[in-house]
Amino acid sequence: MAEYDTVLIRFGELSTKGKNRKDFINRLYGNVKYMLRDFEKLEYRKAYDRIYIKLNGEDHEAIKEKLKKVFGISSFSFTEKVPSDIDSISDACFRIASESNKKTFKMISKRHNKSFPMRSDEINRACAGRILKNTDMKVDVHDPELAIRVEVHSEDTYITSEKIPGAGGYPAGINGKVLLLLSGGIDSPVAAYQLMKRGLNVEAIHFASPPYTSEAAKNKVLTLASMVSEYQGHMHVHLINFTDLQLQIYKTAGDPYAVTLMRRMMFRLAERTAKKYGALALGTGESIGQVASQTLESVACINDVVHIPVIRPLVCYDKVEIIDLARKIGTYETSILPFEDCCTIFDPKNPVTKPSIEKSEYFETLFDYEKLIDEAMEQMETVVVTPEKNDEDFL
Amino acid sequence: MQHRIYFDNASTTNINPEVLKSYKQLLDQYYVNSESLYDEGSLISRMMEKARSAIAGLLDIQPDEVIFTSGSSESNTSAIKGVCFAESNKKHIITTNIEHSSIMNACAQMERVFGYEVTYLPVNEQGTVSAAQVLRALREDTALVSIMHVNNEVGSINPIEEIAEIVKKKSHAYMHADLTQSIGKVPIDLKYIDLASISAHKLEGLKGSGILIKKKHVPFEPVINGGEQEQGYRGGTSNACVNMVFAKTLRLALENSSKYHEKIEEMSSFLESELRKIEGVEINHPEHHVSSIINFSYEKIPSEVMQNALNRKGFMVSARSTCASKSTDPSYVLSAMGYNDVRASSCIRVSLSYHNSMDEVKQFIKALKEIITQYG
Repeated sequence: MAEYDTVLIRFGELSTKGKNRKDFINRLYGNVKYMLRDFEKLEYRKAYDRIYIKLNGEDHEAIKEKLKKVFGISSFSFTEKVPSDIDSISDACFRIASESNKKTFKMISKRHNKSFPMRSDEINRACAGRILKNTDMKVDVHDPELAIRVEVHSEDTYITSEKIPGAGGYPAGINGKVLLLLSGGIDSPVAAYQLMKRGLNVEAIHFASPPYTSEAAKNKVLTLASMVSEYQGHMHVHLINFTDLQLQIYKTAGDPYAVTLMRRMMFRLAERTAKKYGALALGTGESIGQVASQTLESVACINDVVHIPVIRPLVCYDKVEIIDLARKIGTYETSILPFEDCCTIFDPKNPVTKPSIEKSEYFETLFDYEKLIDEAMEQMETVVVTPEKNDEDFL
Repeated sequence: MQHRIYFDNASTTNINPEVLKSYKQLLDQYYVNSESLYDEGSLISRMMEKARSAIAGLLDIQPDEVIFTSGSSESNTSAIKGVCFAESNKKHIITTNIEHSSIMNACAQMERVFGYEVTYLPVNEQGTVSAAQVLRALREDTALVSIMHVNNEVGSINPIEEIAEIVKKKSHAYMHADLTQSIGKVPIDLKYIDLASISAHKLEGLKGSGILIKKKHVPFEPVINGGEQEQGYRGGTSNACVNMVFAKTLRLALENSSKYHEKIEEMSSFLESELRKIEGVEINHPEHHVSSIINFSYEKIPSEVMQNALNRKGFMVSARSTCASKSTDPSYVLSAMGYNDVRASSCIRVSLSYHNSMDEVKQFIKALKEIITQYG
């Protein structure tokens, strides 16, 4: 069994960012520490283009799973510690190579302890020879699929190999705050993930229409929020009671325009909420053409009521691509649980696919929506969700 | 925390403190396998047999006619498959179109997998079938007649003893009665009944506990195979402590039933008369019903929305059978009784216990009126 000593973290795109570099590294460093806060024995060290964490016996598999979720990491590797003798070194290198499933490799050895009886080149040959003899792998010194790095110190030798891909993107929260319209569906949690990946701090706004929508439906949304909150630590979810507005819209406009007007009201409420909490943009999980309210005409008609930028990370994604991502981040199974949301509850029979701004504005003159929006804003509740923990007593 | 009012006793009940106390005491001490030969094992075995005898005494049957199970779904499934597997030359089953899903799905499986023919007797607008209907459906190759005593959604009461007598006297078929909702509510004579199902958790007992009554003369193949537990009719290490407290559960339920009968009756008739006064509210339960179950519709508000609204006001109620509560289809029980889809999709079931009070019923009426004003 290998003894893992250190994890080495390589940065993503931020390596190229000149001036802001320090901020980025500090944020990433903070995010990594926060993500690994349950592992108390870790020791951290910042270097110019790396973060090193000494494991001190903490569970490296658990740490690996956590690190995969930290945005801003391009890749990371674990370093094994073996005694500084050639048999142990070559055993470890051979095991790493044979378990790697790679076709080409390269040995890179360094002697910090010059009293070690073999020179770097001799260490390379000894280890490579054994791999060549016992596997089908070939040496490629220019573009190897697997590079095995060996650092010999006086007592111990450190061996680094597998590069584990990180989540990429920017450190969460570095690029400002965005307010995401979160439903209980498949798309919006994926949009949350995409926004966070670009270093945005995501807060969510959810519209519920009790008693037409149930507590269970609301809890499902909070569960989804809790799942994606892992990528940024925690998430604020603003809950809006949408019932009165929705009932008024149906009374005034009837079936075809109901969804368009609902979305326009949601955008108005979202813009107000964004201003209140200092978010500079809205986010949605819209994908062009997916449903009646997401045709280009609908998007234009709905977008018309706000001045704030609206970011739609999934706008050009196919449904299957979105589902793949939802599965990857683990929200899919929860998203497809059958709970009504305020978009489906009245189940419009013939929603308009090419709504006009003029007509929408006309309907909106027929009732005092400003007052209802004010009331909804006053009744807004905010909850802070964190990743779920399964450490309850009865378990 | 909002004050919560539990009106869903037909779905399941709280645990009787006496039952819980006994269970905790037993659980700590009696963990060994009741089949083991050492002293401790045979002690547990003897205690369980005492419980079995006590249960048999309460139901006026023989101890070896009590098979411990995990509850009514298992008892129902086992009754159907157990008899049919043992009587494999007969290929016909009679049941009704308002049975619990465990009966419905077991019958459908017998059709699908084993080529059985099933007659689903239609209930009348009172939610019952008659002995004459059963008689007409009986055939030479009828293996089993399975009929519920009391319906879980509307509380209708089938003439189960009369049906059983006809089945026994006019055919060679065996008679199974699902007593899950009737035991402790309606007296029952098991004289002509060959098999019956009872669940503990409807009687302030433990979940995952029940019995199948199987009279000695009934041929039966086990559905859960295992060792010689339960005379080989139901395999698996006995859930000894759970089985032991079934006796106390049943005894207390029967005692409380007579003690509190009037209280429930009073709440029930008050609730019904108040419901009738509200415009647009229609009563779905039949005239002759167990008083603990009240079923009504307010057609302008679908079941799910009404349940959400009541939930927000602190009331726990059901619509359809809880075992089908995730579906938004109309209640098949109400449809079978001849109600239209709107009415069958807006039903609410209130099920009372002696723990409820008249004051709670009044609060319910008040809340319901508020909801109707706001969303109706």
